[in-house]
Amino acid sequence: MPEALIQLRDIRRTFHVGELDVPVLKGVSLDIARGDLVALTGASGSGKTTLMNILGCLDRPTSGEYLLDGQEVSRLSSDQRALIRNKKIGFVFQSFNLLSRTTALDQVIMPLAYTASGLSDRDAKARAKEMLTRVGLGERLDHTPAQLSGGQQQRIAIARALINRPPVLFADEPTGNLDSTTTMEILQMFQELNVSDGITIVIVTHDPNVAAHCRRNIRMRDGVLESDTTSQPRSVIPASADHAHASGAQR
Amino acid sequence: MTTIKTLQTALRALRRNKTRSALTVLGIVIGIASVIAMMEIGKGSSGAIARTIASMGANNLLVMPGTASSGGVTFGAGSVKTLTAEDAQAIQDECPAVAATAPIARARTQVVFGERNWVPTFIYGTTTQYLEVRDWRDLTEGDMFTDADVRSGARVAVVGQTIVRELFQGRSPVGKEMRIQNVGFKVVGVLSGKGANAFGWDQDDIILAPWTTIKYRISGSTGNSPTGSSSSVASSTTTAPSRDAVYPGTTGDLYPAVTSNMLTGGPMPARFANVDQILVAARSGDQIRPAIQQITQLLRERHRLGPGEPDDFSIRDMTESANSLASTTAMMTNLLLAVALISLVVGGVGIMNIMLVSVTERTKEIGLRMAVGARARDILMQFLVEATVLCFIGGIFGLLLGRGTALLVREALGWPVEMSVEAIVASILVSALVGIVFGFYPAWKASRLDPIEALRYE
Repeated sequence: MPEALIQLRDIRRTFHVGELDVPVLKGVSLDIARGDLVALTGASGSGKTTLMNILGCLDRPTSGEYLLDGQEVSRLSSDQRALIRNKKIGFVFQSFNLLSRTTALDQVIMPLAYTASGLSDRDAKARAKEMLTRVGLGERLDHTPAQLSGGQQQRIAIARALINRPPVLFADEPTGNLDSTTTMEILQMFQELNVSDGITIVIVTHDPNVAAHCRRNIRMRDGVLESDTTSQPRSVIPASADHAHASGAQR
Repeated sequence: MTTIKTLQTALRALRRNKTRSALTVLGIVIGIASVIAMMEIGKGSSGAIARTIASMGANNLLVMPGTASSGGVTFGAGSVKTLTAEDAQAIQDECPAVAATAPIARARTQVVFGERNWVPTFIYGTTTQYLEVRDWRDLTEGDMFTDADVRSGARVAVVGQTIVRELFQGRSPVGKEMRIQNVGFKVVGVLSGKGANAFGWDQDDIILAPWTTIKYRISGSTGNSPTGSSSSVASSTTTAPSRDAVYPGTTGDLYPAVTSNMLTGGPMPARFANVDQILVAARSGDQIRPAIQQITQLLRERHRLGPGEPDDFSIRDMTESANSLASTTAMMTNLLLAVALISLVVGGVGIMNIMLVSVTERTKEIGLRMAVGARARDILMQFLVEATVLCFIGGIFGLLLGRGTALLVREALGWPVEMSVEAIVASILVSALVGIVFGFYPAWKASRLDPIEALRYE
């Protein structure tokens, strides 16, 4: 087994509410291998969102170690974490979080503005176009969120998350605002990215159906891991025909 | 994040909210426009005021001959003859702070026309420049005498309003001949009314004539010596008596020939063609000090005065008038500055208000930008640049609107307007500064947001 992309060692996170200390994560240790497709489930208040924030370098653990891609990130400053988020992490949110009145192309280009790599405007545009084509929106570069369906909006968000070619994608309830058909399309896209590009994907979800489409299921309860199972994921559609079908269905 | 990208992001964000951006900018536009319009109108009026005060003689300097002393007894200012008409010309040519000069030869004597007679307060022998020096350009009738008249010592004169009233009984004097000291002078022009000066002297009680004529035909023959003494020290002017004999046939040779001895730095002979005083106009109120310095230096040089010797002339300025000019202008400027500051502060508060609203409204966007890798300083810069760009654009439009308003005021109300480059440059800079100052707090607030909280914000 190759070195794990994510290694958590006894991660604890305590929030201070007034005089009270509220422990939310009570010692989580976890390895996630490269190229894995993980569903993180658990009841409300089980700590999965807090864990997700720490995994996504938005928050720092109170104690414990977190190695991301071989680098200790749990003690980095906020600027250093911003750099890590920019280069190594892609985010997909339940509410899409697209910029209003902004074209699909500009949405996807946006993270490149914070990248030191210094891609020229034309290269940035080309790459954004490529990403949008990947998610089946190559024809809708100039559309604004108001002109697109929920599924399409979430695909723009996925393209945006992938623009800096991160090794890992964190999706927080990515299908929470979508109907069941669109949910399938998005899940199919995740599976495809996971298989063909080897991108590690962690999905936080309530939906057992979504979890069933992931290879590994991690269940949390009261700030600790309750169960961790690996199984053959349910595939949406046979992998080879996926893409063409999905694109066709969108039009 | 590079500067250009920040600028692009800011412009894109502003375009996303066109109406709001436009309305926000309106505050600055009006602020800057009022500043520019105020400054232009104000500069125009303070220019007009400065000209008015200058016409009262605030910019004038009076160069008087020095004092003579004999055995410890001084004879008062003007008791020696050291100034020449050439000195006046040299001052005008060589002192950069000086706008114009006029030599003056004075006389005080009776003037006769028909059956009436009158003793004017001022009978001034001068050059055509006198009117320019006094900022007294308009004649109600006729013309000023000419340089040729001065050269030839022509018997022509220009009279003031009081003379017209008292001597000519209000009738047009142009073309008539009056007699000054039994010398006939043809009146060629009538000066416009100027009223009394600061000391109560009636400035219209004046006759202007070529200094050559006054000097050689009037004061020369009067002697004008209070004691009648033969001492040249006490008389108001020395004369070249032979001029009476040769007049009016010759034109030149008003000054003694320059000898080789003089050229090599030897002592100057007594000046025959001296004048009583030289009236000097500085270029502006604040040029008075430099003008005094330059004139002093020039005259010391021309009069061959060694380092230890005292000046053989004295320079008087109209300090009181000059001070009133300076304080009026300063008060005007300060008043406008206060108005300008208030307008800009109001505009700036508007910008801050809208930027705060914008930060709150875009909390989610800020959270997202942080999630995809924006550092706190990137967010700070983004909002700061947005505010600054807004103010800058407002400044440009305000500038155009202000210029337009000023021109409209000039056309519609006929007020004097003067373009002020300093005001334009300053208001553009100030508008950008307002953006930075009033944009900083909202931008700082945005940059302090916690990405987790910001993403969850509804």
